[in-house]
Amino acid sequence: MVERGNEVKYDRILIRYGELSTKGRNRKQFVDKLKRTIAKSLEGYPSVSIEAKRERMYVMLNGEKEEEISKVLKNIFGIQSFSPAVKLERDIEKVKAAALDIVSSLYKEGCTFKISARRADKEFELDTNEINQAIGGHLLKNISGLKVDVKNPDINVQIEVRTEAIYLSCENIPGAGGLPSGTSGKAMLMLSGGLDSPVAGYLSMKRGLEVEGVHFFSPPFTSERAKQKVIDISEKLASFNGHFVLHIVPFTTIQQLIHKQIPENYTMTATRRIMLRITDEIRRRKEALAIITGESLGQVASQTLESMYAINDVTNTPILRPLITTDKTEIIEWAKKIDTHDISIRPYEDCCTVFVPASPKTKPKKEKIQYYESFTDFEPLIEEAVNHIETIILKREEKKKETEIDSLF
Amino acid sequence: MIYLDNSATTKPFPEVIESFTTVSQKYFGNPSSIHRIGMESEKLLIQAREQIAGLLEVKSNEVFFTSGGTEGNNTVLKGIARSYKSRGNHIITTTIEHDSIHKVMEQLEDDGFTISYVPVDEFGQVSIEDIIKNIRKETILVSIMHVNNEIGSIQPVEEIGKRLTNYPNIFFHVDGVQGIGKKAISINKANIDAYTISAHKFHGLKGNGVLYIKEGKRIEPLLAGGGQENTFRSGTENVAGAVATAKALRMQLQNQKEKLPTLKQLNVYLREELAMIEGISIHTPAAEKSVPHIVNFSIEGIKAEVFVHALEERDIYISTTSACSSKTNKISKTLLGIGVPEQLAESSFRISLSYENTIEEMESVIAAIKDIQEWLRGVMK
Repeated sequence: MVERGNEVKYDRILIRYGELSTKGRNRKQFVDKLKRTIAKSLEGYPSVSIEAKRERMYVMLNGEKEEEISKVLKNIFGIQSFSPAVKLERDIEKVKAAALDIVSSLYKEGCTFKISARRADKEFELDTNEINQAIGGHLLKNISGLKVDVKNPDINVQIEVRTEAIYLSCENIPGAGGLPSGTSGKAMLMLSGGLDSPVAGYLSMKRGLEVEGVHFFSPPFTSERAKQKVIDISEKLASFNGHFVLHIVPFTTIQQLIHKQIPENYTMTATRRIMLRITDEIRRRKEALAIITGESLGQVASQTLESMYAINDVTNTPILRPLITTDKTEIIEWAKKIDTHDISIRPYEDCCTVFVPASPKTKPKKEKIQYYESFTDFEPLIEEAVNHIETIILKREEKKKETEIDSLF
Repeated sequence: MIYLDNSATTKPFPEVIESFTTVSQKYFGNPSSIHRIGMESEKLLIQAREQIAGLLEVKSNEVFFTSGGTEGNNTVLKGIARSYKSRGNHIITTTIEHDSIHKVMEQLEDDGFTISYVPVDEFGQVSIEDIIKNIRKETILVSIMHVNNEIGSIQPVEEIGKRLTNYPNIFFHVDGVQGIGKKAISINKANIDAYTISAHKFHGLKGNGVLYIKEGKRIEPLLAGGGQENTFRSGTENVAGAVATAKALRMQLQNQKEKLPTLKQLNVYLREELAMIEGISIHTPAAEKSVPHIVNFSIEGIKAEVFVHALEERDIYISTTSACSSKTNKISKTLLGIGVPEQLAESSFRISLSYENTIEEMESVIAAIKDIQEWLRGVMK
């Protein structure tokens, strides 16, 4: 067993772009958006600085902890992969020492490695092969048990010789992929607190959408906890773009009216239609262009094709349903991955579950619901609800403000 | 008062007591109640769990609140034994574990488990190779303390954990009761499956502890009932205790960051001064093999108990051996384990420091020890 090396002194993180590289003329805009998202997500680390180049981006650590920064970067869309790296003088002895430090800190018994040297600067005294040999030899000599494997190494020591310096990195950490936040425009997400909608939101954000949540709150029919659940979920979603905007719609009056005016087996359809109308009105005011839902075909009564047809009738705004063809088990897996699962399964009723009639229509007719709704003018109530939304802006969890409660901790 | 028995228990931070009383008065609700009063308590519990998870660098669903170190250790050992007895009946531990491990191992032996007790060397450390050599195909658990409570020796748990990655069926438990806040550890890097800590060892309150269980590793609960703590530990949650524990841990880890160098200086001073006193031999191994807050030593020919009481008269409080067993006049198995002769082991003392202690206090202690030793020599001749 080798002695563990010193804690590795990485000084920067090299970020590789994903699909951006193929985006032609929009590229500059995409790189700028990514840079802004990263900057916002790293607000809690004031020392870092970001250098965005055409091909890559560098986050300069300036003394901040590499592990903490990497944890943040892992969640940011538009990053294909990233590598903690260290900038070294163009001195092969310095490279040897740094490579030994880093590899011995990563080394576990039976580990294999290879050296991948690249010379952007052909003037350097050693050629690629000579660098490989010099560094490889040094590592083999100093770490007993280390073996070479050029095909499938556990540790790939990447050495890049440039005119200004030599860069050394060993880990290629996969990023979240997708497109940077906001590069695809803005959409409203109908967020219930269940398992599906947060995942739908996540997947939309992954494709570069800026997503704002809309939640319907019906006290006393639904509890503070149901609302808290949605706030906690929103906080998780905030970790992907640095922030998340949540609109909470007061829905009690409307819900009561629906129950008075609409035959019981159609209340669910009516509720959904009005929720959609409200969301659409918020969307209009927020200048977004689409509405996202967590619907998955056939999962519950409101998600049959007939239901969707009857509900969708109230708007021609594009409705995005990222989960429409996924199975519950797949959704659960995603929810676990994005860390919203444990929040979603907290057992509190939300407005979708409290008012579910004993036997909701699974095949509602559009004409019928239009007829039932025609006796009541919901428009002023919708206007009133939208005017009274509570908007909360959530930051990454680490950036919470000090409150009275916090003094207890 | 010079209090030097911090490995037995610490004085709670005033801020911790403040949090405890505030939460007990203002947020007394049962987190399981569905009304607002319950919800407010629940929020505090969630926040406490998240804070502790953050400090330990683990996920919050891996953090369970317990009543302390003894419960944590019992839960893991008995839980693993019950959950995995179909897989095997062999457990590996060391000869110098705390009794809350040791006695449970003895119970498990009665239940048909085979326990390998790996000995320690003269520095109070197990060898990684010895642990690995003892692995059989029936081995289900390796349980090792991070820092020994009597002599302060550090076990190479991170290296052992790394080696155990080659044995994915073996559960790895670390008793971190004495290590937390004194010796850094990365639960993830060390591949630890379960990790026990106790709040009153880091200026929290008695009756509070935390047990880390790695995500995906479910073991049978010790306490069944109302299903609290994700069904893993039933019993109405001690919200005030959980909040107090979260605060104590935060403050202690902050101390570790800022005051460890000072503590090391006190340790060096104590060791140097003690070493110069005739008849004193120091059992705690050298700096890199032990934590700085424990110094265990013997004074030849002097009855430990008498000495402790003589110091007490001068308002200085130290301990004979591990507090839990010190009343029962047993000879420390840890000291015998590192090769201290029986007679010397009988007159052993433990000074255990906190980050609050000062160099002036150390000077007074050394002066008092010299003084009492001289006086006792006169009396006992």
